[in-house]
Amino acid sequence: MIYLDANATEIIRPEARAAVLAALDLTGNPSSVHTAGRAARRVLEDARETLAARFGAAPADVVFTSGGTEADALAVHGLGRGRRLLIGATEHDAVRAAATGADVLPVDRHGVADLAALARWLQGGPALVCLMQANNETGVLHPIADAAALCRGAGAWLHVDAAQTAGRMPVRLDDLGAHSLALSGHKLGGPQGAGALLLAADAAAALAPLIVGGGQERGRRGGTPALPAIAGFAAAVRVGGDLAHLAALRDAAEQAAMSVGAVVLGGGAPRLPNTTCLALPGVPAQTQVIALDLAGVQVSAGAACSSGKVARSHVLDAMGAGALAGQAIRVSLPWNATAQDVAGFALAYQTMAARLSRSAA
Amino acid sequence: MRVLVAMSGGVDSSTVAGLLAEAGHDVIGVTLQLYDHGAVVGRKGACCAGQDIHDARRVADHLGIPHYVIDAEARFRSAVMASFADSYANGETPVPCVRCNQTVKFTDLIQLSRDLGCDRMATGHYVQRIDGPQGAELHRAVDPGRDQSWFLFATTRAQLEQSLFPLGAMPDKLHVRDEAARLGLPVAAKPDSQDICFVPSGSYADQVGKLRPDALMPGEIVTADGAVVGQHGGIARYTVGQAKRLGTATQDGGTRRVVLALDPAQRRVVVGPATGGTRHLRLREVNWLAGPARLRCRVKLRARETPHDAEIVPTGTGAGVILDEAALPAPGQACVFYDGERVMGGGFIERPAMPG
Repeated sequence: MIYLDANATEIIRPEARAAVLAALDLTGNPSSVHTAGRAARRVLEDARETLAARFGAAPADVVFTSGGTEADALAVHGLGRGRRLLIGATEHDAVRAAATGADVLPVDRHGVADLAALARWLQGGPALVCLMQANNETGVLHPIADAAALCRGAGAWLHVDAAQTAGRMPVRLDDLGAHSLALSGHKLGGPQGAGALLLAADAAAALAPLIVGGGQERGRRGGTPALPAIAGFAAAVRVGGDLAHLAALRDAAEQAAMSVGAVVLGGGAPRLPNTTCLALPGVPAQTQVIALDLAGVQVSAGAACSSGKVARSHVLDAMGAGALAGQAIRVSLPWNATAQDVAGFALAYQTMAARLSRSAA
Repeated sequence: MRVLVAMSGGVDSSTVAGLLAEAGHDVIGVTLQLYDHGAVVGRKGACCAGQDIHDARRVADHLGIPHYVIDAEARFRSAVMASFADSYANGETPVPCVRCNQTVKFTDLIQLSRDLGCDRMATGHYVQRIDGPQGAELHRAVDPGRDQSWFLFATTRAQLEQSLFPLGAMPDKLHVRDEAARLGLPVAAKPDSQDICFVPSGSYADQVGKLRPDALMPGEIVTADGAVVGQHGGIARYTVGQAKRLGTATQDGGTRRVVLALDPAQRRVVVGPATGGTRHLRLREVNWLAGPARLRCRVKLRARETPHDAEIVPTGTGAGVILDEAALPAPGQACVFYDGERVMGGGFIERPAMPG
């Protein structure tokens, strides 16, 4: 089996696995006053400091959540009250579903946000803008620092979903100049079940919580933190950070696919090193995903609904991909991808393309 | 061999998947998402997939076979639901299951089975595929109470060649449930599905009205000579041959009236004594599984009825049917030709030209 769906969930880092197991044995609740509680609290605060240092926020302004979706929802609801909302056209459903009634910032045919349109939209009173750093389907990067400068200049807030960039390239909230940053532990080699919202000082002072509960996370997110998941998250952050070396493997996979007729979507923009979006003209994306899975290669297409059906991609539609929007798969290399993985993918893809072009003829 | 099994999440197709997997075949389960379940049941927060897709996935988990959910919503809307509503608005009584089989299942899924390198596609339909001298033949199920051959008349010969119907030879449904239980399938005791799948509330008129409001516009109930005997709330609510929703208009002295015709142009429901009817039918979109040739056979004009003796005369893409005895066929329904147990072909019943 070849796993090339890291943007859905990364292969766990061994260090993260070890940290999860160690934390499972701690027993204590970080809120408890006794020895076990203190031991748990230490792991939690170590993790918080790890994230703060790596991603450019004060430790006090790192809010652990259940994952990226909750971090996005907390930002949209907690910072968006009383503000106009604008979201990028290619945002993840975590943002799209939370930001009901938001205006939509268009992208160009490469999938890059239109900053001129952003500047125009900003001239209209207090606002919250949500822009992902890298798109989950294409890997295309938005110019976040430029967008943040525009937002700050207009007195607007900028929330950045960094679920796909964190752990894969250097990401710092302070350097970007944004107001909040959503992270997902399992997208960077930690376990599922932990994420975080990092806040700049001005946003931190204004955040309204979604869940109050027992007042954990300085009253910003009630509920006992998922300590093993958070410990694994932090361990993965410590060992990861830059996957630039995957670009060569990704390019090889692209070349192999293009040699049998595939079209790369978003290839004209700066991208994540591990991601490519490959359209095979005339062949439904779901057929490609199934055919590759049956050949032992695991990739995805569009955004998988909880039913598992492959829905048409709103991302590729926003890029004006036309019919290709329903004919594209996403290949996203995990942190430990090898040349053998890419060779296996190339063989399976070329076999599939040969068979499906034959049956289409 | 590699077999794609069309799994609905019900006991029948689940048993098919289980039996084929047990026999050692390379089974791939596929479930079609035909419509947004949450929207249809009108419950906010209801999953778009619904219980049946969940059940199909759990059966596949139990069997250890790969399983995929295919998004067929757009195709189902255009190929099945739109023509369902149009047919009602045109004064017919459509059979959406035939359209669905004809398009989404036996065209698209068979194509997928070929794309995935499958030797066959299997379904849970109660019909038999029997290999004859001229290739695959379609026959009625062994259990006459379960036979679904009427709904599959539009399957082409090429589609039939690619198809497997393992339940057609089952003696009865109890036997299928026993097999499901023996295989440990989580759906072994699940109740049979009822009604039209995309109309769970049973109110098909609401669905029709959403797409074709004209089919629910009120009008007159008249006799064949034009006398107004009542009012109706839309021709889509009536079916030729039935007395349903006629109210007092069913009574004509001692005789009972039924619907004789639906006139979409004038939005009229024409009623008359049930003893009337016709011996001559015209069919469109005829699918021949043998022939085409002039044929003495028995025909079924509804899913559940005793067959009629008839003669079929092929005419281009259609056919004429001469019944030995007059009947009240409902336009839009299927007329399926049987030679004994074998399906020879069939077509959709055309609406006769309105008198006057």
